[in-house]
Amino acid sequence: MSVPPSSSTPSSSAPLHLAVALDGAGRHPAAWREPGTRPQALFTARYWADAVTEAEAGLFDFVTFEDALALQSSAPDGPDERTDRVRGRLDAVLTAARVAPLTRHIGLVPSVTATHTEPFHISKAVATLDHVSRGRAGLRVQVSGRADEARHFGRRTGPLPEAELYEEAADHVEAVRRLWDSWEDDAEIRDVATGRFVDREKLHYIDFEGPHFSVRGPSITPRPPQGQPVVTALGDGGASYRLIARSADVGYLAARSPDAARTAVAAVREARESAGLGDRPLHLFGELTVFLDDDAEAAAARRERLDALAGAPFEDDTEVFTGTPAGLADLLLERRAAGLTGFRLRPGATAHDLPALTRKLVPELQRRGAFRRAYEADTLRGLLGLERPASRYAARTTLTATAGPAA
Amino acid sequence: MSTKPLKQIHLAAHFPGVNNTTVWSDPAAGSHIDFDSFVHFARTAERAKFDFLFLAEGLRLREQGGRIYDLDVVGRPDTFTVLAALAGVTERLGLTGTINSTFNEPYEVARQFASLDHLSEGRAAWNVVTSWDAFTGENFRRGGFLPREERYSRAREFLSTAIELFDSWDGTELAADAGSGAFLRDARAGAFAHRGQHFDIEGRFNVPRSPQGRPVVFQAGDSDEGREFAASGADAIFGRHATLDEGRTFYADVKGRLAAYGRTHDQLKILPAATFVLGDTDAEAHETAHEVRRLQVSGQTAIKYLEHVWNRDLSGYDPDGPLPDVDPEVGENTIALGRASVRQFNDPLATARQWRELAEAKGLSIRELVIATTSRQTFVGTADTVARSIDSLVQADAADGFILVPHITPGGLDVFADTVVPLLQERGVFRSEYEGSTLRDHLGIAVPEAAPPTGRQVAAS
Ligand SMILES: Cc1cc2nc3c(=O)[nH]c(=O)nc-3n(C[C@H](O)[C@H](O)[C@H](O)COP(=O)(O)O)c2cc1C
Repeated sequence: MSVPPSSSTPSSSAPLHLAVALDGAGRHPAAWREPGTRPQALFTARYWADAVTEAEAGLFDFVTFEDALALQSSAPDGPDERTDRVRGRLDAVLTAARVAPLTRHIGLVPSVTATHTEPFHISKAVATLDHVSRGRAGLRVQVSGRADEARHFGRRTGPLPEAELYEEAADHVEAVRRLWDSWEDDAEIRDVATGRFVDREKLHYIDFEGPHFSVRGPSITPRPPQGQPVVTALGDGGASYRLIARSADVGYLAARSPDAARTAVAAVREARESAGLGDRPLHLFGELTVFLDDDAEAAAARRERLDALAGAPFEDDTEVFTGTPAGLADLLLERRAAGLTGFRLRPGATAHDLPALTRKLVPELQRRGAFRRAYEADTLRGLLGLERPASRYAARTTLTATAGPAA
Repeated sequence: MSTKPLKQIHLAAHFPGVNNTTVWSDPAAGSHIDFDSFVHFARTAERAKFDFLFLAEGLRLREQGGRIYDLDVVGRPDTFTVLAALAGVTERLGLTGTINSTFNEPYEVARQFASLDHLSEGRAAWNVVTSWDAFTGENFRRGGFLPREERYSRAREFLSTAIELFDSWDGTELAADAGSGAFLRDARAGAFAHRGQHFDIEGRFNVPRSPQGRPVVFQAGDSDEGREFAASGADAIFGRHATLDEGRTFYADVKGRLAAYGRTHDQLKILPAATFVLGDTDAEAHETAHEVRRLQVSGQTAIKYLEHVWNRDLSGYDPDGPLPDVDPEVGENTIALGRASVRQFNDPLATARQWRELAEAKGLSIRELVIATTSRQTFVGTADTVARSIDSLVQADAADGFILVPHITPGGLDVFADTVVPLLQERGVFRSEYEGSTLRDHLGIAVPEAAPPTGRQVAAS
């Protein structure tokens, strides 16, 4: 068993945790034209099942599924009218659920946009993903400040300011988490003698009140197997760091150098302390896009070829690694020393780079004693070394035995 | 009848849920939450060549007298998530989910259904329900703002908006041609613009056209407005009239409304919910049915049920004694919250009067009265008896088929699949193999053509 990371200094020799970010044909805009890709299949279950199965064969901790409530676009605030890039996505929660029965160990982490969704719906959807996957669910919470996305819902005249978007997202996660706790683990009693199916003293109103919404509860879905599925978020500074600090179990940090990683880690850990959550485990992962080949020139040439197809050099909001699996292993271990406990890797072109990760990088890390050789747990929390938390309401019931639901 | 060709029966399976059809105290009853239960149930339905599996939905735990109702099954998983997972363990079975039009937004629901249709290769259906109450609303951002009389106006506009989103891709846009570099043939794929009373939205829908074009649409409300809504745009009705006379009246009423919308008789399937109890002899089945009713309606359950009508605390009454002599509290039902059944009793004083008369005439206790007046098993008898009644109801136009709700989870369907289905197949009124792969194929309804997308015209003009 790995030791739960704490916000005190993580061990710099603990095995790494690895996640892979799945999106379309890969991160590069021309990835869908890579040989071996089946671009016609992007909207089939088969495509996603194959990718997740590949990641599971590589013993990855989890996969994330990117999503948004708008068509992909390279323009900042509306559709870009391009016809040469992948456009269209299937709902991430449904995709994760569709592959859950076909996999056994790997964590399934769909993206969810807090800005436009109902915490009540998200809470039961992710709880159910946890039920159907037997404890392998998480979610990646994100915000949207895009005007085009807001127009798809028509409820808000303009996007909220960024800080407020993240505050709202933190409230969203708080409501979702309370709903997960709103059923104590042993609420279902099936007591034939008294005719009671549940012990309603173990079901709790959450009474969440925030500036943008309120939720009464309890959830309609019983507490998920992990108690609390794993909440993750991507951070690139400021308000996004505060969201990770306040709400997440795993944060992905888009840092481009060891120094930047160290600074980011320190900033988030400090924010975690000021949120009063310093004693709660928090994984901080590096976020990285990768183009991998057995020799470095081949990787560079492949990336250039994709750039030529796309008509522009590839850029990303995080560091892009182009090179060999051994070179990537060096870089990950170097970053680990900056306080990162794992990495979320975005394959440049999934058809090529995902198998390169699972079949080349993983063995390389295993040789160095830096990655698992077999799945050591059945739940995502177990893989991440996170304990299963007790329901916050269960704790309260034992303290004040009289505090049941309002009569 | 010999001149009329035999109608083919549609059968579906309703996962037993949060109501008192379920006998959770039976030692054979399993979990309502474990995915294994859903897998077992779905595979049984698919083995029996059923059209689809059906999930109901509720968005707030029911309460009675200010406390969470604890006598029936409490708790259910999320509809979309379970159906998507079931798509991974079945191949042909349709997947019908109940989704409310009041506490959701069209963009999100449309992309969930379009995604489910892709992920199941054309097996998705949407049962549109319209519960609107403030009680449920307390779980949502919007709150309980929707007045009752607006429930169907929002539902209608919700559905038509969702259809505009489904139709915003006509199915020809995806080129995905790596050689030429054209992923899309049309730069404006998914463009839509909808301006209406409830929704004012525009932009790009981000799920390409799904195998069925749109999911199959069900409706499940019983009011006049509900029936009109169904006639105007649903493919099927999930109904509650499963006896010969009531069924025929309902059937004729609803099918009679289709012409006004330019639709034909066979464009709307009527599929009432139905329960069943099987036995080796008819007498044995009736005996079992009686026992099942006693298990479903305990003394406490009977008192709670009476409170739906009386709208007041009746916990002091003896379930084995006579009906209360006090009158129901009229006005908004504040005692039982989150229950659709409460809305059936729109004249509680009259209901109470009728029940008292019945109880007095027959000497019934509270519990016996509730057992006598609440829904009983639709089909009781040997497999042969049940197959015959199902067939005769369908041939007599009391229904096009049934959505079966067993009282045991998840194994309650097995015996039906093993004994009744083969008899229906022998009678030539139920398929032995799936003829097609999509739910539309099973129901015999065509894939709709995409209407010209509104957004592209708006943008072009
Ligand atoms: C057979 C049947 C099943 C229903 N199932 C549900 C359900 O699962 N969830 C729900 O919220 N409402 C359900 N309803 C309620 C109706 O869909 C509808 O919202 C409500 O009855 C108000 O509409 P009405 O006045 O037309 O009946 C059901 C109704 C019927 C007749």
